[in-house]
Amino acid sequence: MRTLIGALLLMLAVGTAAADDTKLGDLTIAQPWARATPGAAPTGAVYLTIENHGASGDKLVAAASPVADTVMLHTHIVENGVAQMRPVDGIEVAAGAAAELKPGGFHIMLMGLHQPLRKSDVFPLTLTFEHAGKVDVQVHVGSVGATGPDN
Amino acid sequence: MRLHRIAIAISVICAALAIAIVIGWYRVVYLPGDTAGRPSVGGPFTLVDGDGRTVTDQTYRGKWLVVYFGFTFCPDACPTALNTIAGALDALGPEAARIQPLFITIDPDRDTPPVMKQYVAAFDDRIVGLTGTPQQIAAVAKAYRVYYQKVGDGANYTMDHSTALYVVGPDGRFNSLLAHDLSADEMAKRLKDLL
Repeated sequence: MRTLIGALLLMLAVGTAAADDTKLGDLTIAQPWARATPGAAPTGAVYLTIENHGASGDKLVAAASPVADTVMLHTHIVENGVAQMRPVDGIEVAAGAAAELKPGGFHIMLMGLHQPLRKSDVFPLTLTFEHAGKVDVQVHVGSVGATGPDN
Repeated sequence: MRLHRIAIAISVICAALAIAIVIGWYRVVYLPGDTAGRPSVGGPFTLVDGDGRTVTDQTYRGKWLVVYFGFTFCPDACPTALNTIAGALDALGPEAARIQPLFITIDPDRDTPPVMKQYVAAFDDRIVGLTGTPQQIAAVAKAYRVYYQKVGDGANYTMDHSTALYVVGPDGRFNSLLAHDLSADEMAKRLKDLL
């Protein structure tokens, strides 16, 4: 109970962080979101922004979630008019900078979804950073046509 | 001095002509086209719709086609493109009835007719999802000069694929390309100008 009150006080003290933001040391993970999956498509993608308020760089090296068989860090590139999706071994977040995972670029790829992602669902995702370690975040599912965390 | 200016003007005209000739030659040699000089993209195809019915290019004659190639395991580029098409149809209002968007899979092994039907319905009922035998898909991709390539093994393989959208006129002839990164409003404007 004391821990809970402590945590609540801490949240009040932090205050400025939005409800969907999660802190891990110098890192802030802002607004993790995913699109609802169309039909029975067994794949999905998670997007979020990682802010690094510290003095040294860090790197997102892995992600895991109970909603899918496999979770990978991917990038999406278009080269000579050809779309290619490729796994990456990590996503760098330089000191004092932010890494934005968004449609058309870096994303956290969910493969073998156990059930479709539906609008308004919330599911857990564990992120592992090279230096800061692990953190759990909650991913909010938007519409199938969502272009950002707010729709 | 005046002669000098005339000489410069003649040189510029000659250079422009030379460039025009080279471009014309390039089009004739490398882009075999119809008599109007348009490159031969598109043409006849035979595919299968979401209800398992065989369809051909003739099925959609009289409508403007917006043709996009992708696959349903695609978590990023394909939903973005299909959302853009759906948004453009909304922006066009009743005029959208003259347009038939086709989403053709380049992953026929996984994208069966029911899978395609469910997938496109999530974006817009007006989009038709088409699949076919690997041979039928290879043929339509070749006709549209679409590149696709399987990447990786096992159940979670992915596909590289061309991202352009093709506009085909009501006469069945290729009209123009749309970039995959247009906004819905930009796409609606391009289509409205054609209708």
